[in-house]
Amino acid sequence: MPEPILEIENLSKIYAGGFKALDCVNLTINKGEIFALLGPNGAGKTTLIGAVCGLVRPTSGTIRAFGDDLAQGWRKARRKIGLVPQEIGVDMFDTVERQIAYSRGMFGSAPDKGRIEEVLRSLSLWDKRGEQVRTLSGGMKRRVLIAKALSHDPELLFLDEPTAGVDVELRRDMWRQIDILREQGVTIILTTHYIEEAEEMADRVGVIDKGRILLIDEKDAMMGRLGRTEASFTLAEPIFELPPGISSQTVGIQDGGRTITYRGGDGTGKGKQEVAELARKLIEAGIIFTALDQKESSLEDIFVGLVERSEAAA
Amino acid sequence: MINWRSALAIYKNELARFRRTMFGSVVGPVLTTSLYFIVFGAAIGGRMASIGGVNYGAFIVPGLLMLTLLSESTSNASFGIYMPKFTGAIYELLSAPVGVAETLLGFVGAAATKSLILASIILLTAKLFVNYEIAHPILALGYIILVAASFSLLGFILGIWADGFEKLQMIPLLVLTPLTFLGGTFYSITMLAEPWRSVALVNPIVYLVNGLRWTFYGQSDVNIWVSFGLTMTFLITCVTCIAVIFRTGWRLRT
Ligand SMILES: Nc1ncnc2c1ncn2[C@@H]1O[C@H](COP(=O)(O)OP(=O)(O)OP(=O)(O)O)[C@@H](O)[C@H]1O
Ligand SMILES: [Mg+2]
Repeated sequence: MPEPILEIENLSKIYAGGFKALDCVNLTINKGEIFALLGPNGAGKTTLIGAVCGLVRPTSGTIRAFGDDLAQGWRKARRKIGLVPQEIGVDMFDTVERQIAYSRGMFGSAPDKGRIEEVLRSLSLWDKRGEQVRTLSGGMKRRVLIAKALSHDPELLFLDEPTAGVDVELRRDMWRQIDILREQGVTIILTTHYIEEAEEMADRVGVIDKGRILLIDEKDAMMGRLGRTEASFTLAEPIFELPPGISSQTVGIQDGGRTITYRGGDGTGKGKQEVAELARKLIEAGIIFTALDQKESSLEDIFVGLVERSEAAA
Repeated sequence: MINWRSALAIYKNELARFRRTMFGSVVGPVLTTSLYFIVFGAAIGGRMASIGGVNYGAFIVPGLLMLTLLSESTSNASFGIYMPKFTGAIYELLSAPVGVAETLLGFVGAAATKSLILASIILLTAKLFVNYEIAHPILALGYIILVAASFSLLGFILGIWADGFEKLQMIPLLVLTPLTFLGGTFYSITMLAEPWRSVALVNPIVYLVNGLRWTFYGQSDVNIWVSFGLTMTFLITCVTCIAVIFRTGWRLRT
């Protein structure tokens, strides 16, 4: 039985101008999981994180973290929550190490030089510890924010687009970091525009648009339910009917007989197998193809599809 | 329950920030005060009669000290909280387990501490120009702490309220400095003719300057209990304001 660490019920946020950024959001995050929140610009991801972390005052609804209602128990809960914000905001003239120590103290943890060294080393910031933050590159500044958020050993960590503007290598590095945190039992909620990132790391994925959660599911289940493999065979000679033994449910003839298309599978690799099998059957039947294109639908396609559908419905 | 560690972390961080800008923040006030002493103490003061038995140069010491205390406490505290708002670093403070008490101890405590350090430096500088003795040193210290704390609180409120550097400097420049100059820093209001004397009595700074002057020389133009009462009232009002600000999240949380 998964143990909830964060329970959000009927959370709404209407900004001062009257804009509804969150519309009755319900979300439960379990201990130890990595949850990816996907959504287009302005969907409400940062607002949702802000509501949990104390930056945004909810208009209505309740948030419970570690079993306590945040309206009363925020002081206790916040000690165990870490936040890496989307925008870089830090005292640029201070040094890296002092800033990390400051964060640790601010969150009520006893000074611990050893722990701070560990955090700095794990993010490859140790060599930069004496430098002013302003002298670091953008990606390194982002690491400083991560180090600040980790300085007090949070049990629940929010990463608001942790890899925005970070190069591929640094991004992989960060994924490794997140993996290590997962092994330590830290629960992580991240938002991202890189679907790749969610696919790579998340256990569960939530899709949000216009302040409403459209879908929450296990990543694998979501891929299974909505993931598809698409393949097309370009033929040397046109054919007019499929050879026997090939299911017309997933396979079709297009392009005046010059292309055979496949669409099926469930995002678990079943589609790839079926395409391989189809290729073998075509060869057995003496049908010669000159090209084969194959593509897996990604979370991105799923996501775009969902958002488009919700926009059409609205 | 106050989270002492958090309060201490904020306090130390603020003092570290002050240390980084130590030179400018000490040199400025010291230079200004020295100039006042040269102009009002040495140049003009020689031609002035003593006021109530206190030599003019010594007479202006508490007023000048008050001038520095008010402007430094206000601007230090307002910058202290405005800067993280400006750079975006405020997110961390808002997400940390800190409430009104920790924030005030940290930010306001640090700003007041800095004012006290400056006040000592000013008093030492003044010694270079004039000879003065403090009649009630303990009360003087207590009163200086009270004023530093009150105006650091005011500065904190200004820093939260301000949404630009202009606003940050508006109140100190347009309200505090003029009122201090008109508040009997350089003269005794008993020297004023009516109706100006009565007008001066409406200026709250008059009571602050005279309160401090009483602790120095045992003389005051106004009842010192009124001075003390006003300062306490002001302090309590500021604390209440800040408590309300935190409760409502005004200008802090969206
Ligand atoms: N302080 C504010 N006042 C008014 N409206 C706001 C405020 N902050 C955000 N909004 C609006 O609320 C909506 C949601 O914003 P939010 O920052 O939560 O989106 P997001 O999903 O994080 O987007 P992005 O992917 O661009 O970071 C946006 O339309 C935004 O304009
Ligand atoms: Mg965002």
